[in-house]
Formats: sequence, structure tokens, C-alpha cells
Amino acid sequence: MSTPTFEYRKKEIPAKIQSIGIALLLIGLIIVICGYIVSPARMAFNNIIGFTFIISVVVGALFFVAIEYLAGAVWSAPFRRAAEFLTYGIYLLPLLVIPLFMNVHDVFHWTHPEVVNADKVLKAKAPYLNINFFVIRVIAFMAVWMLFQFIITRNSLKQDESKNQNLTTKNIKLSAVFVPFFALTISFTGIDWLMSLEPHWFSTIFGIYYFSGTMLASLAAITVCVVYLNENGYLVKGLNEDHYYSLGALMFAFTNFWAYIAFSQFLLIWYANLPEETFWFLQRWEGSWMIYSIGLIFVHFVVPYFGLLTQPSKMDPKRLKLMAIWILFAHYYDLYFLVMPTYSRSGVAFSWFELGFPALLVGLLMVLFYQISKRQNLVAIGDPKLKRGIEFRL
Amino acid sequence: MSAKILYGYSGIFDTPNQITHAAEKAVEHGYTKFDVSTPYPLHGMNKAMNLKPSRLGYVAFVAGLSFAVTFVLLLWWMNAVDYPVVYGGKPFFSFPAYIPLVFEVLVLSASISTVLAMLFVFFKFPNNSHPLHGTEYMKAVSSDKYGMLIQADDPKFNEIDVKKYLESVHAVKIIPIYWDNDEINHKHKILEPKFILFLVAVAILNSAMVYFVYNKVLYMVPFNWMMDQQKQSAQQHSLIFSDGYGMRQPVEGTIARGYLPYEYKGQPDLAGQKLVNPIPVSKASLTLGQKKFDTYCSPCHDYHGTGNSRLRGQFPNPPSLHSEKVRTWSDGRIYAVITEGQNVMPSYATQLNPDERWAVINYIRALQRAMNAKESDLK
Repeated sequence: MSTPTFEYRKKEIPAKIQSIGIALLLIGLIIVICGYIVSPARMAFNNIIGFTFIISVVVGALFFVAIEYLAGAVWSAPFRRAAEFLTYGIYLLPLLVIPLFMNVHDVFHWTHPEVVNADKVLKAKAPYLNINFFVIRVIAFMAVWMLFQFIITRNSLKQDESKNQNLTTKNIKLSAVFVPFFALTISFTGIDWLMSLEPHWFSTIFGIYYFSGTMLASLAAITVCVVYLNENGYLVKGLNEDHYYSLGALMFAFTNFWAYIAFSQFLLIWYANLPEETFWFLQRWEGSWMIYSIGLIFVHFVVPYFGLLTQPSKMDPKRLKLMAIWILFAHYYDLYFLVMPTYSRSGVAFSWFELGFPALLVGLLMVLFYQISKRQNLVAIGDPKLKRGIEFRL
Repeated sequence: MSAKILYGYSGIFDTPNQITHAAEKAVEHGYTKFDVSTPYPLHGMNKAMNLKPSRLGYVAFVAGLSFAVTFVLLLWWMNAVDYPVVYGGKPFFSFPAYIPLVFEVLVLSASISTVLAMLFVFFKFPNNSHPLHGTEYMKAVSSDKYGMLIQADDPKFNEIDVKKYLESVHAVKIIPIYWDNDEINHKHKILEPKFILFLVAVAILNSAMVYFVYNKVLYMVPFNWMMDQQKQSAQQHSLIFSDGYGMRQPVEGTIARGYLPYEYKGQPDLAGQKLVNPIPVSKASLTLGQKKFDTYCSPCHDYHGTGNSRLRGQFPNPPSLHSEKVRTWSDGRIYAVITEGQNVMPSYATQLNPDERWAVINYIRALQRAMNAKESDLK
């Protein structure tokens, strides 16, 4: 066989991305600030959605990178940088969590000592659910993510220059350490930020539930970036529908995985019919929440399922990108389903407040992506798996 | 032996690249009935051969969906319509509980239907043989070579052209494949009398052997410990008691519940003095009394106690229950008549138990009052 040589000449992505990003960022920022002035409680709940959403995207992307190293996957090597760029969002997490810490009493019932003292259940949970330990956990998790993100991406960047294969070996070892940390941190992030909104409620599957959404959101975000970059020729030649198909198949698989986990959680609670568990679902069946909850099945499962079911839909970049954007929306929808019924018991609350964080986050990610891509190669040109990755065929 | 019929021309290639190239060229030449055999799945071959996506997916989709829907209907019919039983306080038609079952049925039916459709619809099983069986071509492509076969029934098939084409794409070896005449002329032996007779004989022998083995060789005494218990059954001879009866009499003087003996046999007047009606007048007692009176008394005494018998002279009509005599009788005196009978009237002790007799008496009193109403009763 002849050896096709890959050629990578760096082409900068247009500044338009940054200007759109800045516009969205400003709009989002204005809405968020106004929201915090008008109704701090409501904005804080939105902040949780936004915060967990961006954790899903950026930490999930780091997990994607780690899994690629760990499994020795070649197909994703040519566009691994897209995932790596997204992981830089981890450094934005402290910015997003500060307003939450200032309004923590509005969202978390268990942060009020007088409530906890009057409540037997919360008292029993207090050794875990107390504000000090909570802050320690949040900071520790971020520190772990930042640490691994810093070392893994630094090694990857070094390789661009040195072409040193030992750096890949190093990253494989790092990934092996990171993956168990990821499993724990992402589960406890889900439990801390989402499940503890209803401190009396518990579901042992909740960590995996959040993880399934995380995987979906990060895959979708990576897919959007990869399709955009590749269709406009910013990556190396040779990436084609086989790579798209693999991304689509992973999204399809995790769509099913999410449905499986979500249904398992529902079925067990429905079957056992214990009041201390069912109230969580009953809240989501109140008034217009019922329509919203039924909508979740369609938004998060039925539409992506049929959208990604056929082979052509996974190979066509346009349809794949559309489905990826839809899945990002579905993950936001899912987080809204998890968070907002605690704020608005009677029915779905939607107005300009809820638009603030999506705009802010999308803007942030776009600016971030532009800034990082200006400084770094868009393809990991030193990666020993790159050539095989480009030649990857189904 | 008649002349061999050509099935097709096959070419053998050494590398996957050659065969992919050959497939692309075959499509260019316009051959439609050709196939490629490789020792392992070759990626990109479906594109090179210009194959349409398999239609098996639709079979799986339609079969899975229709079985799943049917299964939901079945569950609905069984659990909500035909035999509704409450399980764990759930509704009869509780859909969430069905989802795992429906999912299993969907997967099972879809996979089985897909495999069956693949074998019988797409591969056209069962067929006796294929001309490629046992050929050099098959031996080569199932170990380390790549082969292409162009069928003779291809509209563009022409021996010379095909040979030329195979040479042009660098086939290492070109082998014509013929139908096996023996196979074409093969007759099914399954309907021959000898074979059917053999089958019948085997069936009989088999049944006989099974019968012999299970009833004679491996015979086991049926499980009947529960029938043979060490206890005295009713109607059984007893070895313990001197009179030989297994069933024993109650202790002398025992009175069973509801069977108080009648003490005034032959002394109706004494009974009239001593006996007191223990059943208070109530709606329940009157209803019971009416029912029993209508059943047992009214054939002779009439529904109203007038003595106007429905039996129309087959028996002498009894006197009216509304006579001065009967109306002044105490309850106990009437009780004596019901229990022992009087003149033609037989005893009703076997038909009416004591409580029912008293209820009938209460009813008779009601009849008497109704038939001899006083002015004051209207007030």
C-alpha cells in the first residue's frame, strides 16, 4: 500500500466566531446580572443548570480525551484537539460557581442550620451535607480536573514539537489515574448540585444518570466542533464519514444509555412506591410540569433515537451537526427538569431569566475556542496515532 | 452424461486492493450479477460493488415493532380485561411495568425474525447445493485468496468478454464454474415408499422402546405417601375399640348446638303453658317467618292462613288460623302443633328448626292481626 502523507498547514478560524461569541456573552451577562438583581433565587437556580451543563461539556470532553488515550483509539486522534480545546473551559468553572456560593441559601434547603436542626433526616445527613464540606468538595473536584487537564493537554502540546512517543505513554498512565477520579467526581457533582436540591430525596442511580447526560453533552459538543472544523477545512484531509459515523454511533449509544438509566430510576421508584422517593416524580407531574416531563422522553430520547438511527444520518455532516446541537439542547432540557421544579412547584417557569445562561455559556465557549485555537495547532500533529487515525475506515 | 451447464466465471486474486479494484471495474463494465468472496469482511467492499444497503434492517424494524405492539395488546388483554388481578396496588394496565418485558420481546422477535429472514428470504434456504461447493475457487477464498464470480445469467455475460475482463484486472487464475448435473437432476428421496416405510418403522420402534423403558425398566412407584397415612379414617374398622367402630358416638346426654330436645311430646297443652317464644318480633324474623310459611304452610293453610287450600280438595281443608281458638292459643301451643302435627297435619320438625318455627309463629301472629284489624289499629 502506498503511504498517504498528511499535510497540515495551520489555518486560523475566522474572528467572526469570537465576535459572535462576545455578543452572546454580553447578552448573557446582562441577563444574568439583571436576573441576579431582580430575582436572585431564580437566577441562582438557573446558575446551577448552567454550571452543571458546562461541567458536562468540559469535564466530559476531558474524559473523552482520557478514554481515547486509555483505549488506544486511533479514529479520534486527528480531531482530539477539538475535545482538548473544550476542556480549557474547566478554568471558567470558578467564575460560574462564585455567584452560586453567594446565593447558596436560596437554593439549598440544607444550608439553613435551623431547618436542619428541626429535621431528623437532614440532621442524619448533616455530616455529608454541610456547607463547609460542600465547599471543600467543589474546590477539590475542580482542582483535580484542572490538574489533569493541565498535565494532559501540556503533554499533548509538547508532542507537537518533539514528536516524542513517550508523551503518549505518559498520558495513558495519567488517564488511567484520571478515569476513576472522573467517575467519583462526576457522580458526586451530580449528587451535590442536583440531587441535594431535594435533600430528603435519594436515588442510588443518580450519579450515573448525570454521567450519561455528561457523556452525551460532551460528545455532542465535540461533534459540533469537529463537523464545523472539518467541513471548513481547518483539520487535516482524510477525515470523512467514517469518523462522523463513529461519533454519531457513540451519541446514539449514549442516547440509549441515558434512556436506560432514566427509565431504571423511574421504574424502581414507581414500583416500590415509597412516599420518600415518589414525591420527586410527583413534583415533576404537577401542573404544566407533566407536559414538560413527558416532553423529556421525546426531546432526550425519541428525537435523537430516530434522528441517529439510520446509517446515512450518522454519515451526513449536516444532519449529524443538527442532531448534536439538538442533544446539547436536550441535555439543558434535562438539567432544567432536574433543577427547576424545586424553584417553581406549580408549573414550568420560563421567561427571559432562563435565556441568560445558555447565551452566556455558548458565548464563553466560542470565545474560549477561538482564543485557544489561535495559540495552538488544531491537529495534534505529533501524535503517533495520527496517521492511522486519518486512514481509519469502518 | 449431458453437456455441463455454465454457472459463471470465477477469478482469483492475491490482494484485497486488487479485488476492490476488480469490483469497481465490474460495476463500470455494467455487470450486475457478480459476487465477491473474501476470507474476512473487507471494508469498503459494499461501496466498490455498488451494493444497496441491506433491507434486513427493515425486517428487524417491522418485526420488532409489530411483535412489541402485539405483546402490549396481549398484556393489556390479560391484565386489564380477561383476568384482572391487583398486584402491589398498581393499576391493571400499568405500562411502566411492561416496558422491560416489551423491550425483551422486541429484541428477541427482531433478532429471530432477522436471522430467519436472512436465511430463508435472502439466502433462499433450504437449497440442496450450490455450484461453488467443493470447487477450487471456494477452497482458495476461504483460506487466503480473494475471489470474484460473474454469473452466466448476467445480461452482459459473454464468455470471451468476461475472460478478457478478468485478465484485465489481473486475476491470478480464471476458472469456469459449472452446475453439477447430478445435483440438477437430483430427485428428492423423501417421498419414496421405502423411505416412508422406514420412517414408520422407526416411529413404532421408538415408541415401543420408550414405552418399555419407562414402564418396565425404569418404572417407579408413584408418589402416594400422602394417601397412606397412619390414621383412622371414617368408616374404617378399628382395632382399638371393642365394638370395632372407628367412628365414635358422642358422650351420652350430649346436646348438639341448635338441637334442643322437645320436652313436651304428646302434651300440647302443657307445652302451651310452659313454652315462651324466644324470638322477638323483628323485620328479619318476620321475613324469615313469611318465607317459611309460604313454603311449608301455605299449600294447605293459604298465604293468609284462611285455610283455603291450593290443593283443591286432595286433602281436607284445614281450619282457618283466624278462628278465636287459634288466636287465643299461646305461642307455645302453636309450636306444639308445628312440632308434632295435629290430626291430618304431619310434624314439621324436620323441615323447620326451632328458630324457624318461632319465626313462623311470629308471622302467623302478624297475619292474624292483619286479618282481624280493629278500628284502633288504623290510628
